[in-house]
Amino acid sequence: MVTVQDIRHIVESIPDPEIPVLTLGDLGIIRDIAETADGFELAITPTYSGCPATKFIATEIISALKQVAYHNVTLKQVIAPPWSTDWISAAGREKLLAYGIAPPNSDSKKRGKSAPAACPQCQATTLERISEFGSTPCQAMWRCTDCQEVFNYFKCL
Amino acid sequence: MNPPLLSLALRMGDNALIIAQQNSKWCGHAPTLEDDIALSNIALDLLGQAQLWLDFAGICQGKGQDADRLAFFRDSIDYRNALLCEQPNNNFAQTLMHQYLFDVWHLHRLQILCNSSVQDVAEIADKSIKEVQYHYAHSRGLMIRLGDGTAQSHDYMQSALDLLYPYFGSLFEDSADDAILAQETEYSVPMPSSHRQSVLDILKADLYIATLTMPTSDFWHKGAVDGKHTEYLGHILAEMQFLQRTHPGLEW
Repeated sequence: MVTVQDIRHIVESIPDPEIPVLTLGDLGIIRDIAETADGFELAITPTYSGCPATKFIATEIISALKQVAYHNVTLKQVIAPPWSTDWISAAGREKLLAYGIAPPNSDSKKRGKSAPAACPQCQATTLERISEFGSTPCQAMWRCTDCQEVFNYFKCL
Repeated sequence: MNPPLLSLALRMGDNALIIAQQNSKWCGHAPTLEDDIALSNIALDLLGQAQLWLDFAGICQGKGQDADRLAFFRDSIDYRNALLCEQPNNNFAQTLMHQYLFDVWHLHRLQILCNSSVQDVAEIADKSIKEVQYHYAHSRGLMIRLGDGTAQSHDYMQSALDLLYPYFGSLFEDSADDAILAQETEYSVPMPSSHRQSVLDILKADLYIATLTMPTSDFWHKGAVDGKHTEYLGHILAEMQFLQRTHPGLEW
């Protein structure tokens, strides 16, 4: 007998297509899973409005559930409240750092300027921003002036 | 079918779509890699927002059309974007000034729309505003750096401002539907013209830091609310729509 917990466990383990060290659960985009008359309805929140991964994630979810023979699943997009990087799990932040991406720094957001806490490579705090827009809508490019490494910073949203 | 809401949704969606389409043309061609990526990322955000607004427009229209259908099969007479959005990229200064003028209005309008009584409008505005804060911070920063830059960069930015300013006012043009949206409490959407002074005040303050001269003329182009666009929109739509119009329903 398939339960909401079963569905949640499978879906939240699916890796993000762009940053595969993170799971959909780590990102906090699976908002709700509800049982319907003939199956389940998943409510998902997109990250950035134009994120190209959003559609791909939807097909990944359907595909992952089909592989374990759960067919009666519908997805709906929920944009309120809007996704925030505050919803990224603590485990997710550690995974990002280990992967070399500086995780979103909520403390800096409070001061009105989103900046990484430290260099993911050498942990120095002498950093400079190269560009507010990086390889994906969610990332900016920074450089450590100590070890000179360029790294991606997951921006606060 | 809800004509006032349809009008609002089309206007917000078309603004984002057309300026995104213009910015996308720089992808692979911008003067620096960072600016190339910035313009592309901003365009991508705006395309996503356009999809939210135009999907909502399809619901307001009640004919089963989605964002794709509305984007690819309307003629320019049915587009409701402001005249500013369709102005050509020309040189990089004009592109940056174009983006800045749009952002200074866009952020302000979204802040207001977050308080609309219409749930869908407030939700889309709420979702968009965090991204647009980054857009405005970026375009304002560059506008100031180049305005208060070298003599050459200053002249380029001033020329761009003087050229685009008569089209900037199109963002504040009111339609009959705007009057209904403002009057009825079920919508609580202020008229576009009601933002004019506040936005001009912000613009004036930013231009002062950039050492650029605020244009003094009161003349602004009108007609976008009735689909009367400049020649440029026709070319943009021809390029954007030809594939779908040639092979309707084509999918990846």
